[in-house]
Amino acid sequence: MSQVTRERWDLGGTQMEELLSDVARFKGESLWQDAWRRLKANRASWYALVFLMIFGGISLLAPVLPLPSPTAIDLQIEPQPPVAPWQELGNDGFRREYWDLNALDESLVDLRQLIFGDWQLSNWMGTDAKGRDILSRIIWGSRTSILVAIAATLCSLLIGVSYGAVSGFFGGRIDNLMMRIVDVLYSIPFIFVVIFLITIVNEYRTELEDSWGVNREVVFYVVIGAIYWLTMARVVRGQVLSLRETEFVEAARVIGASSARIVFVHLVPNVLSIVIVYLTLTIPAVMLFEAFLSFLGLGIEPPKVSWGLLAVDGSEVINPVRIYWWLIVFPAAAMGATLLALNVLGDGLRDALDPKLRGKD
Amino acid sequence: MIRFLLRRLLWFGLTLLCVVSVSFFLMRSVRGGPFDNERTLNPAIERNMQARYHLDWPQWKQFLQYIGPLNLAEDGAELVGGDGTDPFGGILTGDFGPSFKYRDFTVNDIIGQSLPISVSLGSIALLWALVLGLTAGIASALYRNSKTDVALRLAATTGIALPNFVIAGFLVILFVFLMPLLPVAGYGTPKHLILPGFALGAPFAAYIARLSRTGMLEVLSQDHIRTAHAKGLPSRLVLLRHAIKGGLLPVVSYLGPATAGILTGSLVIERIFAIPGTGSHFVNSALNRDYTLSMGVTILYTVLVYGLNTLVDLAYTFLDPRIKLEES
Amino acid sequence: MASANRSLRARQSAALLLLGGGLAAAIFAASSGRLERADFVFKNGTEVQSLDPATVTGVPEGRVIRMLFEGLCITHPETLEPIPGVAESWEIAPDGKTYTFTLRDDARWSNGDPVTAYDFEWSLRRMLHPVTAAEYAYQLWYIRGARAYTHMPEDLLYTDNLLHSVWLEEQEESSTSETVRLRMGLTGYLLEDIDQALTPGLRDEEERPLNVGSAVEAGGAFVGFSGPEGIQLHYHSPISGTVTATNPELAGDVKGLVEDAYEAGWILELECPRAELERAITAGEVIEGPEFRVEVIEGQNRLAIRAEDERTLEIGLNEPTAFFLNLMAFYPTFPIHRSSFEAAAASGDENSWLEPQNLVTNGPYTVEFRRVNDRIRCRKSPTYWDADEVAFETVDILAVEHTVTGMNLYLTGECDWLETTPPSLIPRLMGREDFQPAAYLGTYYYRVNVNRPPFDDPRVRRALALSIDRNAICKNISRAGEIPAFSFVPPGMPGYSGVEMERPDHEDPQEGYKLRLAEAKRLLQEAGYGPGGMEMPTIELLYNTNETHKDIAEVLADTWKRELGLNAKHLNQEWKVYLDTQRTISYDVSRSAWIGDYLDANTFLDMWVTDGENNRTGWGNSRYDELIALAAKEADKAKRLEHLQAAEALLMEELPVLPIYFYVTKNMVNPRLGGFYENMLDEHYPKFWYWMDDEELEAKRGARTDEWTRVDAAGPKEGLYSPAERRRRAEAGR
Repeated sequence: MSQVTRERWDLGGTQMEELLSDVARFKGESLWQDAWRRLKANRASWYALVFLMIFGGISLLAPVLPLPSPTAIDLQIEPQPPVAPWQELGNDGFRREYWDLNALDESLVDLRQLIFGDWQLSNWMGTDAKGRDILSRIIWGSRTSILVAIAATLCSLLIGVSYGAVSGFFGGRIDNLMMRIVDVLYSIPFIFVVIFLITIVNEYRTELEDSWGVNREVVFYVVIGAIYWLTMARVVRGQVLSLRETEFVEAARVIGASSARIVFVHLVPNVLSIVIVYLTLTIPAVMLFEAFLSFLGLGIEPPKVSWGLLAVDGSEVINPVRIYWWLIVFPAAAMGATLLALNVLGDGLRDALDPKLRGKD
Repeated sequence: MIRFLLRRLLWFGLTLLCVVSVSFFLMRSVRGGPFDNERTLNPAIERNMQARYHLDWPQWKQFLQYIGPLNLAEDGAELVGGDGTDPFGGILTGDFGPSFKYRDFTVNDIIGQSLPISVSLGSIALLWALVLGLTAGIASALYRNSKTDVALRLAATTGIALPNFVIAGFLVILFVFLMPLLPVAGYGTPKHLILPGFALGAPFAAYIARLSRTGMLEVLSQDHIRTAHAKGLPSRLVLLRHAIKGGLLPVVSYLGPATAGILTGSLVIERIFAIPGTGSHFVNSALNRDYTLSMGVTILYTVLVYGLNTLVDLAYTFLDPRIKLEES
Repeated sequence: MASANRSLRARQSAALLLLGGGLAAAIFAASSGRLERADFVFKNGTEVQSLDPATVTGVPEGRVIRMLFEGLCITHPETLEPIPGVAESWEIAPDGKTYTFTLRDDARWSNGDPVTAYDFEWSLRRMLHPVTAAEYAYQLWYIRGARAYTHMPEDLLYTDNLLHSVWLEEQEESSTSETVRLRMGLTGYLLEDIDQALTPGLRDEEERPLNVGSAVEAGGAFVGFSGPEGIQLHYHSPISGTVTATNPELAGDVKGLVEDAYEAGWILELECPRAELERAITAGEVIEGPEFRVEVIEGQNRLAIRAEDERTLEIGLNEPTAFFLNLMAFYPTFPIHRSSFEAAAASGDENSWLEPQNLVTNGPYTVEFRRVNDRIRCRKSPTYWDADEVAFETVDILAVEHTVTGMNLYLTGECDWLETTPPSLIPRLMGREDFQPAAYLGTYYYRVNVNRPPFDDPRVRRALALSIDRNAICKNISRAGEIPAFSFVPPGMPGYSGVEMERPDHEDPQEGYKLRLAEAKRLLQEAGYGPGGMEMPTIELLYNTNETHKDIAEVLADTWKRELGLNAKHLNQEWKVYLDTQRTISYDVSRSAWIGDYLDANTFLDMWVTDGENNRTGWGNSRYDELIALAAKEADKAKRLEHLQAAEALLMEELPVLPIYFYVTKNMVNPRLGGFYENMLDEHYPKFWYWMDDEELEAKRGARTDEWTRVDAAGPKEGLYSPAERRRRAEAGR
């Protein structure tokens, strides 16, 4: 028994007519085309997507933008408050100081100097106590944080979803075994894992960087991903466990679909909505986890910067003696806005991808 | 049911053994030892300290010693601590050994003292999380795409997006310094737990809000709800009797890890509010290379996660009749 | 439907019940932990490792130990001169090598027992004993025999294997290739037993000889003792053979045996097949004589700590150690209560003597309550000899780590003294009357790995040292008035003036720095780097995770990159890994800090001797080692300081270390607190503390001549004074 026939059964006469014409109209449209169309129709999600793309673009093009250097130190006794753009738009104080950039970024910085020379924006969002521009650090920091988020999300998506789906679908002994493995991995103190891996990477850092292109950050992404797929697997497994008893799976089984097909063609799309919600929850968690690890000295290394580091630095200033509000408000706002956009987009995607909502708006 | 629980117990034993062995050797393969300090120890003194805790033994032997009440010293001699007594009873006897860092306490003492505090902080955090999260989630599902929905989702996102140390900082400024209503930090009265409970619960509340919203939407679009509506049941009844039950599934499955997370992941909140709970030991014991304490809290965590997940699985069968407990 | 409804409701109420139960439990747990605010509350930074004075090392531990225990001396709270503690007076022999302390007769443990010289003898011995595994044992190695005592081989002491208690030595001249003649005696471990069996009181008042006897039975030789109080010790040698002689000099005199167990202390001679000896040695059942002599006897029997009687303690030193009294005021040397310690050991729970209800202290306070990571609640000890002068009835020691939390507690009046403040707030706190940084006995510096090129070239090290902009770091990063360091020993050591590195300088610090930078560039070029020479070296800055360390590393890297053109990188490591990297000397340059243990330049200089445990730079210089050794032996104060200065001059010439600044204290103290002085060691004795009343506080404020900002002083307006002071005031008032 398929979804469509059931719905036809539930609906009344004229509605059925409409539905039938709808079905006819969308015949042949793939899940993704359909999703894309419906996503575009959702105004909030669309704005969120546009925002994220603009932000991603800014983040990607950071080297070309006339920003002050995120690392050049100009020691101050105290952090300097923001200078409004209408007071001073910019100045000629640019110093070309970065951490080791890759060749592409280097040439982008060349381009920046070609276009803007030594002109740079003033400290619109203030500076920290070392005289570094907060705006510049937020934008450069977004590169690290976005990378961490993407890496960990992919990891959690690929491993977590397939693992959870397989476990939930087969159930019984296999499920039991697979879930017990997850339990074991859950319980092993992650700090030791992180320290262990990072120590190894530090030991062989030159070899790894030269021949594999693996540096501490890559390990860091892997570690975070490896921690977060576990919960994803559990969530997906729970959903699949409940879905595999439903009629459409039985139907698929009856018509002789293979297990792999049932899992990846029938079950996974049905859990995508919860997966996406969970992903939008994972991304902030990953970013905060990055902050936490940086805080413990296991994260990225200065002079590189990330949102997590900015948040940790900013949290120090929330005290009754003196609040350097710009150190916390701007990074928190950037983080909040991005994550909000991600969430809204996530909700839009959820609706767009939901097979049960497919074909109707 | 009994069979299910027995099987779980058996599996639990196996899981625990795996966790203990992997963690044991992992800890010792990480660089740095419990006695490393700003000042390097004189070799003779270091040797003495290592011998005191059997750290000079081969690892497999240390492991066996850790597991059980075995007598492994050479030549049939007694295991000797400083005074002729054996410092380790082995975890099989329920003795997790002395802490390497807090030498006046055994691991049992430390967990015994801090766990009740974590439980009280955790209950309040969970209460905050459930009350705020469920209300927001259900309301926002019912009034989908309305202003209420947007506002609630915005609040939930803020809860997730802001690190809890930032939330905690602002709470302190607001409720301690601007409006002197609550104590700033420490542990002693229920009042002391309100702010940390909220800060600890906030991200979880936001998670729960999102999960319950999604779950509710899922259920609301399903046939049996539509049938119920069609049969003319009042919406309130439909909501209470049918929708919430099914919509809560994702929340329930999240509750297991969430409770474990609240009980053990409170390091930052414990630091900011100076609460002597268990959370700080999870990280600090690893950083201090306090092997025994770290193993102790690892085992505690395993027990918590496992126990709570079992509870969740049981709750599943209550909430969703389609799910069967593991078939034999 | 109805039944489903009912079961749903049942489940709902069960869930509610569960939640409610949890909450009730929470509230119960929370309210049961309620404690009244103590008279004085201070933040101690972290949970202490232990309350056992002998085994701890950290600064927070020191603060707690000084609350609970008292040593022979304490230091004057302001000048840090050693002043009488439990000892009421002391005599130093003319050669400076023997100290005789006379203890006050009213010193009491908190259970009422008198504090005697035997307590000190036993406590110091215990601290040195390998089984105690005291990290600070080396601080006592100035005492004669102490080093060897701590070095006793662990297999002798560490196993309870009685077979190890016999030593053997081959008598080469009377042995043949098949049979050996052995002398055997008892090892230090047994001697310790005998020594303890002869209780200290008995030993010197009258001779209580033990009988030494021996016998040979099938399978081995026995040696044994019996004493007048029924002491029966029997030990079994694993060697089979024929007894050929017993030691005639030992007949009955076990004191002689204890005094000199090795050469004259042999008990019997034995003849056995050579194969039998070899078997015993390979099996590890015996220890060979020469090894035994070096490792055990010299330590065991010559440990020069002796209680002459209840009130007299004599300590003999290897060299005249100028700062020995400071060591006796150093918290690890504080005594512990022997019988409660031994009772705990006998009970099988060796740490139970440290539990609040069992801990017997001899200092101004006892422990009333303790919770890990929370607090130690101390209550005034009524039996403390100077209890009349102690003002606070209760003191709370908080194990709060987070500095901002500490600040919040301070600002809400929940805490009266912070041992440190959040670094980011320092500029806002400077000048407040409750924040008065003072010079502190510590140096912030970088170690240089002198084994690794190019840092093996002193010119490169000098270039690095010169190019550090110390003024900028002190002014903008540490910000609490730290002093730029061009030498290693902090200023303020009595009689000692530091030797600074040679450098171009100028009245204007900025100009001076420019001159130094130019010199640094010149040096690098001279060493062959830069234009026309080798490629500029890569330098990796190792530091452990900490805000200030990170900031300073960033500034250094920035300077070295920008001004010298080096390829500077960061290596931030987690604390224990960082320590390991430093210990194995696998870094380029590494952030370090050294806090002095006592007020003498030696505590900063003796660590740099070749292969010293705390050297960790790979640097070694025989002339330096010689100077340090000379200083240790020198009785003449002025000459001794000259040697130390020569050593520092050498250190500043070779520069295996790059000094950056000298620390200052960062105490935040309620201005109402009396008896609290900023001092070089940042050591504060609780017995002097009290709350001033408003009158005294205003008087103190009025007497200040420097600039300061007034803050509200929390605490009782009428003050809180010790009983003695209250009487004095009442009398003065009348």
